[in-house]
Amino acid sequence: MNVIVNGESVQLQDGIENVKDLLEHYDIQDKVVVVEVNGNILTSAQHQSTRLSDKDRIEIVHFVGGG
Amino acid sequence: MLKIGPLSFQSRLLLGTGKYPSFEIQKQAVEVSEAEILTFAVRRMNIFEPSQPNFLEQLDTEKFTLLPNTAGAKTAQEAVRIAKLAKASGLCDMIKVEVIGCDKTLLPDPIETLKATEELVKEGFIVLPYTSDDVVLARKLQEAGCHAVMPGASPIGSGQGIINPVNLSFIIEQATVPVIVDAGIGSPADAALAMELGADGVLLNTAVSGANDPVKMAKAMKLAIEAGRLGFEAGRIEKKRYATASSPKEGMSVG
Repeated sequence: MNVIVNGESVQLQDGIENVKDLLEHYDIQDKVVVVEVNGNILTSAQHQSTRLSDKDRIEIVHFVGGG
Repeated sequence: MLKIGPLSFQSRLLLGTGKYPSFEIQKQAVEVSEAEILTFAVRRMNIFEPSQPNFLEQLDTEKFTLLPNTAGAKTAQEAVRIAKLAKASGLCDMIKVEVIGCDKTLLPDPIETLKATEELVKEGFIVLPYTSDDVVLARKLQEAGCHAVMPGASPIGSGQGIINPVNLSFIIEQATVPVIVDAGIGSPADAALAMELGADGVLLNTAVSGANDPVKMAKAMKLAIEAGRLGFEAGRIEKKRYATASSPKEGMSVG
């Protein structure tokens, strides 16, 4: 399926079915990140239960230095 | 003791985490500053280079209270979204509302700042809005239920120090929540002045991260804030136009 991740169009391979799979695919499952799918902000407890669909808009954010 | 909502802190210095020369220097600066509250920004992750180092990963997050900001927001709606993203990390309930209304001066949009504050208070956040030194706006933010007001000393990153100490002292006089002077601090003298005026805390970033020796400046800011607070609590003398001798006039053996 084709999804938008952080503004970039990405073709996801078969087997990436939910947000947890997606984070593992990018090898960021152990990092402090927050994921938003189609405007819905998820807690980490919701990653596995949130299934991905074609054309989903996904935002993956984290904390960076700032004042 | 600095009390913000349900939280208490020994340190009155809140430190930003942007623009340090290296993580190593930053870690040392944080340590010597003895700051307990650290600010962060929320940004898209570069998922194509996830191995990029991140300062947060190098911190023991149990030891610090994270204060994410909503920098990048230009509307209340955007600020609320960023706040919710930050909270979903499970690491923090506090949010620094920062809604910029002017790209050149980085001064806050007062109307959107107030709207975002109202909304986030309703949502149960501990809300610390960054505001201009407008006295009436500071009062309205308090009335909206914010947990601290954070008037800027001067434009963000400018290092101009406190350009309107009169307004700042009015904000402090009317305060029902802590007043944290945020933005524009350049030197330890600026930080000490903020505290002498009766501020409850100082939030700074560039003054430390941009100093020639950030670690030494972090220490200097810590000491200045402590000195300024002690001076405020001690109560300074009134200014007089003419001299008053410190030594007694009586019993002089000369003349």
